[in-house]
Amino acid sequence: MSLWEYANPVKFIRTTDKVLPWVWTLAGLCLVTGLVWGFFFTPNDFRQGSTVKIIYIHVPSALMAINAWLMMLVASLIWIVRRHHVSALAARAAAPVGAVMTVIALATGAFWGQPMWGTWWAWDPRLTSFLILFLFYLGYMALWEAIENDDTAADLTSILCLVGSVFAILSRYAVNFWNQGLHQGATLSLDKEENISDVFWFPLLVCMAGFVLLFIALVFLRTQTEIRARRTRALLSREGQA
Amino acid sequence: MRALLLRDLMLAIRAGGGFGLGLAFFLIVTVLVPFGVGPQTELLSRIAPGILWIGALLACLLSLDRILALDWEDGSLDLLATAPLPMEGIVTIKALAHWITTGLPLVLAAPVLGVLLSLPIPAYQWVVISLAVGTPALSVIGTFGAALTVGLKRGGLLMSLLVLPLYVPTLIFGAEVARRGAEGLTVQTPLLLLAGISFGVIALLPFASAAVLRINLR
Repeated sequence: MSLWEYANPVKFIRTTDKVLPWVWTLAGLCLVTGLVWGFFFTPNDFRQGSTVKIIYIHVPSALMAINAWLMMLVASLIWIVRRHHVSALAARAAAPVGAVMTVIALATGAFWGQPMWGTWWAWDPRLTSFLILFLFYLGYMALWEAIENDDTAADLTSILCLVGSVFAILSRYAVNFWNQGLHQGATLSLDKEENISDVFWFPLLVCMAGFVLLFIALVFLRTQTEIRARRTRALLSREGQA
Repeated sequence: MRALLLRDLMLAIRAGGGFGLGLAFFLIVTVLVPFGVGPQTELLSRIAPGILWIGALLACLLSLDRILALDWEDGSLDLLATAPLPMEGIVTIKALAHWITTGLPLVLAAPVLGVLLSLPIPAYQWVVISLAVGTPALSVIGTFGAALTVGLKRGGLLMSLLVLPLYVPTLIFGAEVARRGAEGLTVQTPLLLLAGISFGVIALLPFASAAVLRINLR
């Protein structure tokens, strides 16, 4: 029994079909618990007031925006090395989800920044690198759509994903060059003394778990859809020939 | 390899368009900016280094699809692929030819256009140096973008979308060198980082471009 068995589309669909209801339920539970807990049962921050509650959407979506790209990177590598179609399709399925997460992070950040910093947008290193990440998502999805041959598209996008990752990291350090910016540093690290207060931390943790589960559920579902769409196309083209 | 380089240069100069197009675009951008932001000298001289860099980058972007598209259409790319030259060599030569026909003229034209934007005197050398160091990176990254989209019917817009985020680090460091030079600050750190990006992409990216081109020619 190895992980590579799931490279078989049939096996993948059968397993994810069994797992998916559980993931959906857990994701829903976590999100509802975390958000309700965060929105209604935590105190207001003494300086930020109630706007601090944006954190329960902002931080998890930002987390998933980066991790979705990481997942695409791993899936692309698996496709290049072992050429499992499910892997390429999973990378394709994750891209729009990651792009939406990036937009959510940017939008909630703007809503948060307006009352706190007095501006919707600043060319701050973190904000800028998220904008660049969003551009990478757009380019990646556009390339998938533009190429007709599935295997060529998978090859090209996975190489774009590899090269893009390197440049995304480069950009992250390049924009640091301007200044430290408005965005605060990390306050959620496990190894630091000064961290966010536990009152906010526990509901946030539940929200992050909810977003991770939601991402997994969406990627499973979208991968299944891609596999089925490809099967349908294969059947249709076979009928067309007959 | 030398024959291929000569052929590409000849084609770019004689076939018209390719050689002058980038330069003309660069000229248009720098001439249009004062119309857009107004002719105040101090404002212009403050934004001049950035404008020159953006103009050079856009001029580079405009000419990217010429790197491979024409050879793809008439089939000479297939011939090149079967030649004894490795694919990595081909894309490197293509990028070099693109740099000589687009990047180098831009570097030489930048000080002339700097006059139009009332670029501060100490900035001239740094604009030229930063462009000279940075434009090879633009050509090499652009060749990667061109190789990605070579088989597509309307690849131009898609290529811009793919290439622009890849250009960000080069632009940031290049414009930073020019800006610091204009203000009389030390430029060593961004200049070294810019050179690092240039050498890094020249050393590594041709492998990615060649891999992509092989997939597209399959």
